[in-house]
Amino acid sequence: MSKSITCTRCPMGCALTVEEAGGILAVTGNGCPQGEEYGRSEYICPVRTLTTTVLVTGGAEPLLPVRTDRPIPKAMLFDCMELVRSMSVAAPVSAGQVLLENIAGTGANLIACADR
Amino acid sequence: MHTVFCDVAVIGAGPAGLAAAIAAKQEGAANVLLIERDTAPGGILQQCIHPGFGLQLFREELTGPEYAGRFVKEAREAGVELLSDTMVLSIGEDHILTCANPEKGLVEIHPGAIVLAMGCRERTRANIRIPGERPAGVYTAGTAQRLINRQNAMVGRRVVILGSGDIGMIMARRMTLEGAKVEAVVELLPYLAGLTRNRVQCLDDFDIPLLLSHTVTAIEGKRRVEAVRIAQVDQQRRPIPETERTIPCDTLLLSVGLIPENELTRAAGIEMDSITNGPSVDQRMETSRPGIFACGNVVHVNDLVDNVTAESRTAGACAARYALGTLPRGQALGVAHGSGVRYVCPQRLDAAAGGKAALYFRVAAPGGKTVLTARCGETILARRTVPRVSPGEMCRLDIDTAHLTAPVTVEAQEVEA
Repeated sequence: MSKSITCTRCPMGCALTVEEAGGILAVTGNGCPQGEEYGRSEYICPVRTLTTTVLVTGGAEPLLPVRTDRPIPKAMLFDCMELVRSMSVAAPVSAGQVLLENIAGTGANLIACADR
Repeated sequence: MHTVFCDVAVIGAGPAGLAAAIAAKQEGAANVLLIERDTAPGGILQQCIHPGFGLQLFREELTGPEYAGRFVKEAREAGVELLSDTMVLSIGEDHILTCANPEKGLVEIHPGAIVLAMGCRERTRANIRIPGERPAGVYTAGTAQRLINRQNAMVGRRVVILGSGDIGMIMARRMTLEGAKVEAVVELLPYLAGLTRNRVQCLDDFDIPLLLSHTVTAIEGKRRVEAVRIAQVDQQRRPIPETERTIPCDTLLLSVGLIPENELTRAAGIEMDSITNGPSVDQRMETSRPGIFACGNVVHVNDLVDNVTAESRTAGACAARYALGTLPRGQALGVAHGSGVRYVCPQRLDAAAGGKAALYFRVAAPGGKTVLTARCGETILARRTVPRVSPGEMCRLDIDTAHLTAPVTVEAQEVEA
């Protein structure tokens, strides 16, 4: 079995081919070692960093940009959005602060991307 | 009138202005004033909450607010003075800036050198003349991005996006995550306008159709958008009537290009490049008016903020040296865009500057394996082969300017489809 994947690790966008033979994955078309890692991960379980906003009270702006501190399974994006949409935080908040631990059981924490 | 003196005045506190101001300070300018019309620094990055920033510069993937945050902090620590809520109205003789501020009224700034970092704004429906009704629900993608990401206002539920630029694709993902249905991204050209990684992460991930060689032929709806009509286009980009169909929706987002914001530049009599719509600059980012430098999207629209930061550091450092009287000046040599190349920035080189110069350029059309060459007559200054090229992805060649005596030409030749 083989699959074509566009690497998104950097703006180069290398065209990867991932081949599976007897449980061993071979990645070709990558311009750097990160491409191989990406190809394997994307073939087995695609992950993405979720970025969105949460409501913030008592700050100069109504919203706080947030993200997961590591990529989460793509299939979990909408479950996490549900959770984030129901929460709000109170200012002051500083960039990097953990707002929600282990979001939806993904092992990733939701962190603030800016001060408010 | 309120009067301020400084060594370097930077207009615009987005990523370009922040990097230029910090570099000016580091180069030894004692007083650096950063002028911003918004209430807070950071520019457009404040609403670019998606990841993908800083991969080249920091070797890590940051969101826009995080990337901006690092520079805002660095500027503060370096002692850059921020004048926010302030609009520059004109650049006069002897670099004098006239500005308006709601508390101070008219402010006159006397800088030793100026850095233009005003960025760009979006092309609108009026720029591309879409026929049909004029209901509510038609937004530029960046306006929708600001409303959703900074002002907590959702713009629509069922969306069509015209233009496959990066902002359009990023908004397709954003609106999908916020519960809207994106019916299609419609692109006039036969190829993607933005970065491939954005197509993968923003469209393919959410099964959003990308319709190349298509355009919006009409907008329907009296008070609010009710539908848009789309059609395939022929090779001359004219709609093919029999392919026309209607997509019901309540919102149309336009991601149809950016225009460098150069009213100040033009009024100051600075020489412009008719392709980039920005001032023409040399490798130090100096415009045709000595002591006035420019960097970032006001010069040419970039796809990566990392590149903006790099060229802005050059602009800021050179502006500081101009203000301190230590910037050498030599013969100006042109940089021409040869076959296969749409434009090159910088448009000229100063022979006295010496050292390395980065030539940023865009190819005229997408292609496969391509040889990129910078030459001076028959002498090859730099040559590189890349696996593929696209007008949406900026190319770069670095050349040594130490012994240049004649103009430079940059070419792109496809060697394998």
